[in-house]
Amino acid sequence: MAASSVAVGALLYNINKQISLLYPKASFHHIHNRCLVRRIGTSVSQCKSQPQLKRKSAPHELVGVVGLEIHAQIHSNTKLFSGSQVGFAAPPNSLVSFFDASLPGTLPVLNRRCVEAAVMTGLALNCIINKKSLFDRKHYFYADLPAGYQITQQRRPVAVDGALTYSLLGGQKRSQVLSKTVRIKQIQLEQDSGKSLHDDQRSQTLIDLNRAGVALMELVMEPDMSCGEEAAAAVRELQLILQSLGTCQGNMSEGQLRVDANVSVHRPGEPLGVRTEVKNINSARYLARAIDYEIQRQIGVLERGGTVQNETRAYDSKSGHTIPMRDKEGLQDYRFMPEPNLPPLTVYEDDKALPAGIEARQVVVVERVRLRLPELPGVKRDRLVRSYGILPEHSFTLVNEDGLMDYFEAVVRETKKEPRKVIGWVTNDLLGHLKQQDLSVSQSPVSPSALAELLDLQETGHISSSVAKQVFQEMWRSPGRTALQIVQEQDLGLVSDTAELRNICQRVVDSHPEQVQAFRNGNRKVLNKLMGLVQKETKGRADPVLVRAILEEITS
Amino acid sequence: MLSLTIREVSLALREGRISPTELCRKCLNRIKKTQHLNAYITVAEELALKQAQEAESRLLQGAPKGLLDGIPFAVKDNFCTENIKTTCASRMLKDYTPPYNATVVQKLLDQGAVLMGKTNMDEFAMGAGSTDGAFGPVRNPWSYASPYRAQTGAEPDSDWVITGGSSGGSAAAVASLTSYLALGSDTGGSTRNPGALCGVVALKPTYGLVSRHGLIPLVNSMDVPGIITRSVDDAAIVLGILQGLDIRDSTTIHCPSSPTEQPEVFDVRNVCVGIPKEYHAPGLSQETLTQWSHVADLFEKAGARVKQVSLPHTQHSIVCYHVLCHAEVASNMARFDGLEYGHRSAVDSSTEAMYSTSRHEGFNDVVRGRILSGNYFLLRQNYEHYFVKAQQVRRLIAEDFKHVFSSGVDVLLTPTTLADAARHSDFTQEDNRTRSAQEDIFTQPVNMAGLPAISVPTALSSRGLPIGLQLIGPALQDRKLISVAQWIEQRVGFPSIRDQGDTNERRSNTGVTEREQTSAV
Repeated sequence: MAASSVAVGALLYNINKQISLLYPKASFHHIHNRCLVRRIGTSVSQCKSQPQLKRKSAPHELVGVVGLEIHAQIHSNTKLFSGSQVGFAAPPNSLVSFFDASLPGTLPVLNRRCVEAAVMTGLALNCIINKKSLFDRKHYFYADLPAGYQITQQRRPVAVDGALTYSLLGGQKRSQVLSKTVRIKQIQLEQDSGKSLHDDQRSQTLIDLNRAGVALMELVMEPDMSCGEEAAAAVRELQLILQSLGTCQGNMSEGQLRVDANVSVHRPGEPLGVRTEVKNINSARYLARAIDYEIQRQIGVLERGGTVQNETRAYDSKSGHTIPMRDKEGLQDYRFMPEPNLPPLTVYEDDKALPAGIEARQVVVVERVRLRLPELPGVKRDRLVRSYGILPEHSFTLVNEDGLMDYFEAVVRETKKEPRKVIGWVTNDLLGHLKQQDLSVSQSPVSPSALAELLDLQETGHISSSVAKQVFQEMWRSPGRTALQIVQEQDLGLVSDTAELRNICQRVVDSHPEQVQAFRNGNRKVLNKLMGLVQKETKGRADPVLVRAILEEITS
Repeated sequence: MLSLTIREVSLALREGRISPTELCRKCLNRIKKTQHLNAYITVAEELALKQAQEAESRLLQGAPKGLLDGIPFAVKDNFCTENIKTTCASRMLKDYTPPYNATVVQKLLDQGAVLMGKTNMDEFAMGAGSTDGAFGPVRNPWSYASPYRAQTGAEPDSDWVITGGSSGGSAAAVASLTSYLALGSDTGGSTRNPGALCGVVALKPTYGLVSRHGLIPLVNSMDVPGIITRSVDDAAIVLGILQGLDIRDSTTIHCPSSPTEQPEVFDVRNVCVGIPKEYHAPGLSQETLTQWSHVADLFEKAGARVKQVSLPHTQHSIVCYHVLCHAEVASNMARFDGLEYGHRSAVDSSTEAMYSTSRHEGFNDVVRGRILSGNYFLLRQNYEHYFVKAQQVRRLIAEDFKHVFSSGVDVLLTPTTLADAARHSDFTQEDNRTRSAQEDIFTQPVNMAGLPAISVPTALSSRGLPIGLQLIGPALQDRKLISVAQWIEQRVGFPSIRDQGDTNERRSNTGVTEREQTSAV
């Protein structure tokens, strides 16, 4: 198949060179700046309509209603209906089978892996898995849709009626974890299209069919959200779930996860308003911004006495605005028709449901997929809070950062330090350093065991906490050197020689009579200041317990 | 030699009475001499000779690939053939060369069969006359045989009759002795109809028994590769080779019996033949009716049970067939936009303009008309009224058959066509749509139900033209159907065109012809 793919690729490439389409269209395929948006929520996206507030807010106040349509590219080796490989940055038209190029006479052959991925995703989102689902053709002419139709699941999708629980930080200090649920209407399997690259200067359109036929799950989220932050949090949670399932890599900037938002506004208790569809959103942060902009825009239109048009709008990340797209949607009749070349897709509940002569490995058995479900993010967070006694918001950071939870657990396993004391090191020191250099957890120069060793030095009283921070910096700068080596080389070990410490304390007390006086008058806080001065003298190496005792003794 | 059956010529090849290259040259010669029939769009002369040479060395080494090694065959031009043009008789694909072989073509090649060329048809198989293709109509070889000329006093160049269609080129190729077998496609009768009009055996297997991969579709839910041969036994051999699960076609099914199996021992007294009364349709010619009754009598006399049955929804079938056909056509034709392959218009002012002019220039009126009506049936506001209703009726038609077959009937005996072949000048008096409705009347219900059917030539009409009868069987009972067809074949004694003063080789070298006849004895 590889050889033949190359042949088609060459064929298409030649043709492409000749295609000249005088049809300026918005390009959907910019590759965006590598902005790793992990923590979502933006200055403008403070959600006003949290449940408690909603009840209190005046009934005449317009509020946003947000539903999402999400296209998640299934992480599979080969495409949904053909044997050609899936790859993001391959040379144009190099991953194109005869079927992908819609050569006449070719037929779709369903990829079982993709069905498994959809079923697994459906299970993770608490969906009902349809034992029998159907494929349909959706017709429209577009240069990157070679067959003139997309194979999708319009009548009966593979999974329906699920729910996604997600959380976001709220409350006055934005430290309270609020839990919300959005209903999942359905998950359907469908083909991705190719890519059109428009060269406006030469009035040309180049077609790349590498993506044509890649499997997508279209997830439809009901309009259960009310603002950009909620939508972004829901998408982030979905992203985490898909990633932990391995059914989608979830990278929005590479188009593996594409989100369209349906936005409307209404007064609570009244029917929903006219909605617009916002497209061209390629990060969670932009999603939040686009939705909030659109809600405000619609409120503005209505308050000025206007009406909201049912239209498709594109988000322009530069201006932060949504702008109307030339909308052919309203005129489109997709002329849906059953796909005659694919029999109904049947999945079986368990091995007992298999008909005679059919083996489990030839089909998709829901029970077997269920058994393979990994620990989902929500469960992980609960477990982290329960077993390590950390705060819920810390559990969010651990789970939402790819690899951070594993890192944390590895450190905890190897150190004597209590998990509650380890958490700050991981979520502040480590993560802070990583963010600063735009690194992922797996790229950290300090391994979990190296950090564990450092923490043990502190825990066992060999170094002070401030020295520990200092050593951490050093380890970050020169990977490979252990904490112990650094401590020894730079003589950072804790000074616990009582006589030496007493001398230093005495000097500090003698040179700061006013503070000593204040302390004697009952200002206990001054002791900390004196201790700081002692640490300064010892470059942070003094055993704080000992210093405190000595200072108290001298000044009393 | 050229008029032998597959089994006979296979034996001749193995016994060295003729070599594959000799045989191939003879067929190529005959193709040249019968060029006026317009049966072939592409003749793969070089490749055929190369394949024949390879077959020859295999046979010389006593290691043939299979029963078909060295035997010439032809393929309708809507099956993809690697490196050989596949046009669907359309301007749209006139220069299209597929990069792969259809599964059925590959299976024949794997047997060592020698591909002579690609046969003419109605454009994209839309028609029942083989008169509506971009490369002109196909002429029925029987137009040039003496019975027709003697009976009608016809002038060969003006009064020739059509082959039927849409696989007219394949039927003509087999009937005019340029190939021992040919592949057709059968969506509403496109294999059986020309088979009947050209006096050859035409088998439409059960839907799903034979792979459609590489068959450029007309109606995916009804298309089946068809087999055209000179004898029922040959058709059985070819079915044995072609049938079976194909991972590239998800609608294929496991074959119920082993491919090499001979038709089972058969006792006609155990057979119940149903005569569906609804097939006494208006327009059925007296002669065809007479043949139908005659063969029914043969069964009865031989001790078979013959009974009248009813398929009450038959009358609605053709209308629903057309709704479903056009809807799928509209969808299947959407890929021909001039971008990846096929005809591309010079108009490039916009994508839309390029699409529409490419499609307008590439497709004939028939194809464009079906696309238009098909899209109309699929519109949101029409879908329920047309497509869904037609599907419901389709189910009723399938249930009619099921009901009859579950009542003890083994096969149904019907005419294949209303009458013998029409003169081209008469046939073209009516438009394609009218003709398709008339010509497919007895054949398309079988496609609606996915059943196997076979057309067997039984006699020459008073005009000296072939009449065929159709047998229909229950799903997957293809073997049994073939056995019954063979029983008819053995009793009716349908003549070979070779014995009928065939003047197809108009510049023929009589010496060659005689020699061939001698070796055939």
